[in-house]
Parts: sequence; structure tokens; C-alpha cells
Amino acid sequence: MSVKKNNFFSYLWLWPIIYFALGFFNILFAWLGMFDVMLPILFALIGGNKFFCNHMCGRGMLFTVITKKFKISSGKPAPKFFSSKYFRYGFLIFFMAMFTSILIQTYFVYSGTANLKEFIKILWAFNIPFSLNLSMPSQIPAWIIQFSYGFYSLMLSSTIIGLIVMALYRPRTWCTFCPMGSMTQAICKIKNHQPL
Amino acid sequence: MPSKFYASCNKNICVSCGACAVECPRGAIEIWKGCYAVIDKNICVGCGLCKRICPANCIEFLNRETEEN
Ligand code: SF4
Ligand code: SF4
Ligand code: SF4
Repeated sequence: MSVKKNNFFSYLWLWPIIYFALGFFNILFAWLGMFDVMLPILFALIGGNKFFCNHMCGRGMLFTVITKKFKISSGKPAPKFFSSKYFRYGFLIFFMAMFTSILIQTYFVYSGTANLKEFIKILWAFNIPFSLNLSMPSQIPAWIIQFSYGFYSLMLSSTIIGLIVMALYRPRTWCTFCPMGSMTQAICKIKNHQPL
Repeated sequence: MPSKFYASCNKNICVSCGACAVECPRGAIEIWKGCYAVIDKNICVGCGLCKRICPANCIEFLNRETEEN
């Protein structure tokens, strides 16, 4: 790793802001978040590294940028259990379960067993009706829209948790139990014959 | 003259997020194959920035003299 540099990657903290703004105007943009899921996995599987986390993750950078600009992070170390294997892999499993439920919901809409539910679910508890999609072309299949709602909710909820732990502890506390971080580290460790 | 202390990462706790590597003014930290941070003690000047940013709080300081002798 070289000493700090300003390059294209260093502006990626803008990405989460752009992402949530685009999704707010048209929920279909939620699909763009798949980059944040696929890229880290591809780097880990093919390259055996965490290049995404280490150089490209807009969310991680955003937490750092917010902290440096507004000084709202306490800077205190987070409780040890956040970086414990049980919590990290437990949270990963929880997240995968939530993602699977989005896929199942999407399938139900695809197969016609369920109707499209137009709301954003925040922190898996609060439903916020959300159909600001004035510009939604009518030929878009309902299941594509359903996945957008589910995925946008997941991205928003995890960002909210990330912001809370950023404020309570250190800027990138979310990274200790971020499902993508845990999953890609596990892939790298397995690939490079390191104990999990 | 090298600093008395240098940073070292506990690789059992490290989550390989890379926050320390971004912070290090000397570029002494590398994330080894996505697994954990490896700090080059010959480059480290013991400034402590990495320790302050590490979300997993897994960086400790070792004394060069007692470690090496
Ligand atoms: S752990 Fe998660 S939030 Fe942190 S850098 Fe990696 S993908 Fe981004
Ligand atoms: S103590 Fe300072 S110089 Fe040493 S690795 Fe940490 S940030 Fe770099
Ligand atoms: S900041 Fe801490 S957890 Fe993240 S890579 Fe560095 S030593 Fe590991």
C-alpha cells in the first residue's frame, strides 16, 4: 500500500449518496447496489484479496469522510464482541437470511403468488410507504420492482446501522461486522490457507 | 533514529478492512492477501494513527528493544 494518494477511488465516498438519491427518485436504481455485492466477491474469489474493502468501498470511505468533516464519531473502541467470530459470522448469516427472504418475495411476485409491495422497510421493522416512482415505465415487470424495494431497504438499513456505530465508536466500526467484509475475508482466508 | 515502539496487528482479530493502511502516513501497512494487516516495523515510526482508527482495536505497540533483544 502506498502513501495516501488522490485518485478516482478517493472520490468513491460519493457513491452511497448518489445511490440513495437515485433510488429515491426511481427505485429501480437500487439494482446498482449489486455492484457493492458482486465486486467484493469477485475480487475475493478471483484475486484472493479484499481490494474492494481496501481501496474501493464507498461506504467505508463515507464513514471516514463524515467523521473527519463533522467530528461526530466518539473514537472510542467498539465492544470486543463486534469483532468476535461468533458475532461476525452470526450477522453474516442473518444478512444472508434477509437477502434470501428478498429473493423469495421477488419470486412470489414473479410467479404471481404475491402482489407488489411498494414500501421501504427500515431496520427490518418499519415499513415506509414509498411509491414516488413517477417515472416508472409501465413495461417493467413487477418482480424487478419488488427486488428493488427489498434491496434498497437492505442497503439503507445497513447504512443506518453503520452510521450509528460510526457515531458511537470509531468511523469504520461497521466494517468489523459488515457481511461483505466478513464473507470476503473468509473467502480470502480459505483461499490462502489461513485459519478462519 | 527509529522510534522506541512500533505497531503490530493481532491477526486473529483483524477484519482486514484496510482503515489502518489508509491512515498510515508512512505506507507501512499492507493487507496481506485480504486476510489481515501486516505492518513493516522497519518503516513504522510509531505515530499511533493506525491504532486510533482501527475499528477492531487490534493494533498494539511493541517495544523494539525488548522485542528484539
Ligand atoms: S467491510 Fe463492508 S463497509 Fe467496510 S470496506 Fe468492506 S464492504 Fe465496505
Ligand atoms: S504507528 Fe504510524 S507509522 Fe506505524 S504503522 Fe501505524 S500509522 Fe503507520
Ligand atoms: S484497521 Fe484494524 S481491523 Fe482494519 S485492517 Fe487495520 S488492523 Fe485490521
